[in-house]
Formats: sequence, structure tokens, C-alpha cells
Amino acid sequence: MSNELDRFQTLLNKALDNMLTDEERIEFNSLLASSDEYQDKWNSIKKIKEITKTMKLKNPPEEIWDKYWLGIYSRLERGIAWILISIGAIVVLIYGGFKAIESVIQDPTLAWFLKAAILMLIAGGTMLLVSIARERLFIRKTDKYKEIIR
Amino acid sequence: MIEPERDAEFIEKAQKGNKNAYGEIVKLYMKRAYFSALSIVGSHDDALDLSQDAFIRAYRSIKKFDTTKSFYTWFYKILRNLCLNHLRNKSNRASNFSEILDDFENIKDENQNTDKMIEQNETKKIVWQAIWKLTPEDREIITARDILNTSYEEIADLLQVPTGTVMSRLHYARKRLQKIIEELQ
Repeated sequence: MSNELDRFQTLLNKALDNMLTDEERIEFNSLLASSDEYQDKWNSIKKIKEITKTMKLKNPPEEIWDKYWLGIYSRLERGIAWILISIGAIVVLIYGGFKAIESVIQDPTLAWFLKAAILMLIAGGTMLLVSIARERLFIRKTDKYKEIIR
Repeated sequence: MIEPERDAEFIEKAQKGNKNAYGEIVKLYMKRAYFSALSIVGSHDDALDLSQDAFIRAYRSIKKFDTTKSFYTWFYKILRNLCLNHLRNKSNRASNFSEILDDFENIKDENQNTDKMIEQNETKKIVWQAIWKLTPEDREIITARDILNTSYEEIADLLQVPTGTVMSRLHYARKRLQKIIEELQ
């Protein structure tokens, strides 16, 4: 019975999509004739298919398509702008940081322990940033499941 | 000219940094991408945004694309992941329903009487309500086959699974849809 039901369901889907061969059509029709339950299943799923066939996704207004590529082009351009801003900011920050450290070390008015504390603060912060960046990069390169939707 | 050949010409130019050539590819596939996204996320604004986002991501990786393969199949993987991630991250999923009803055209048949048309539209609403209650994966396959009229072979190509798997997934998705409709009626 279970095999027959499985077979019926396979044929049912093929029939819905007009993919039955002549032999399969004969087999399907004889299965339909043999059981009221099969006939009910067929009528019910056929009705759903007829409804979904009449459904149409609404077309957006034409001007959406006119502006579609322009939207992508602008976003691509802005992406390049952000990359340039980021590179510039990194260079300025590194140079500024270097100059700041230099001035702290060379300042004779600052006590040695204050100089050491400032340097430790900068070194600690840099180590922390490098560690986080390395961890992120490592996960990105080695995570086998990054493409899988969890 | 067959699809990969036609696309390859533009893609090779895009791989060399020609944005206008990529624009031609976008214009060829934008409607298909939009409707694919719409059938998964069910909102016009989100579908527009996600399909454009997918084209941007595809452009950034265009150098990795093998021009002998189908562009859309490769692109669809990016689009699909974006749409599914978007649904996963969206906190209020139920709000989509009213948006989706607006996304449907009511088919008006002048030969039909008003009562029958109202009844049909009501049934249509129930069916769409049920489609939206399915998982995104089930909804994707049902809308691709039964609403967007995509062939089994094309779905298999897009989802990168054998045709037999498409048939079996469709079968189970239809069964689940039928069950939800029965519960709603």
C-alpha cells in the first residue's frame, strides 16, 4: 500500500506539471479510478495548482527599471569612495599616532612613569586591535560554513 | 546567440573594470532577479534593495566568475543567500503578509460573475497566506514552479541539485502547502 501511495504521489506531481508519459497517464488514471481517496487528493491539489497558475507577481512601475542600473552604479562608486576614505584615514591615523608617541617620548616636562603609562596604553590598544583583526581574518578564511544559512 | 556566449562578451569586459558592460548584464537580468527576490522575501522594497545588493556583490567578485558557466546561476546563489539571510535577520516576519497581498494583481475576468470572482479572490488570498506560512525554501520552489512558471531543469540549475531532487522537494512543499490550506479553511 505504501509503495502504491508513493507511486501515486510521484505520478500526481508529474500530472500536475503535465509531465506524464502515455504509460504513466494510463497508470495514473487507473489508480484514480481505484480509490476515492486518490481522487479526492487529485481534485484538491489540482484546485490549488489552478489557483497558483492565475497568480501573478505585480510588475513595479517602469521608472524603477530606468533607475535600477543607476542605483547600482552610484552604490558601486560610493563603495570606491569609502575605500579611498578608509585608506586615507588609516595613513593619517598611523602618521598622527607616530608623531604623538614621538612627542610624548621627547617631552622633558613629562614624568617617566607617565610616559611609560601612555606608551603602555598605546601598545595595549594596538595589540588588541591587531588580535581582533587577525581573528576575524582567520575565521573568514577557514570557516567552512560561512555560506550556510544557519 | 546562446545565453553564456552573449553574457561572456559583457562579462569579460566587466572583469577588466568596464562598469558599462556590467550595466548591460544588469539590464538583462534585473527583472528576473527582482522577481526571484520578491518571491522569497515578499516585499517590493526589500526585493529591489536585495537584488541590487546582489548585483553589487557579484560585480565585486566578477573576476572569480568562469565565463563558460551561466552568469545567472552563479548570481542566483549570491541573491538567494542574501534573501535567506535577510529573512533570518528580520525580527518582525509577520508584517510581510499585508505587503504581499498588495503585491498581487487581482485577475478580473469580465465573463465571470462578481460572486464567483469574489470567491476566487478569497481562495487566492488563502492560498497565498498558506504559501507565506511555508519555509522560505518551500516557498521559493513553489513560487518558482507554480507562479513564475520556471521549468524543472531551470530550477535544478539555479539550486544546483539534480532534477529528481527538485521533483521531490516540490512534492513535499506542495504537501505541506495543502496541509496549511486545510488548516486555514
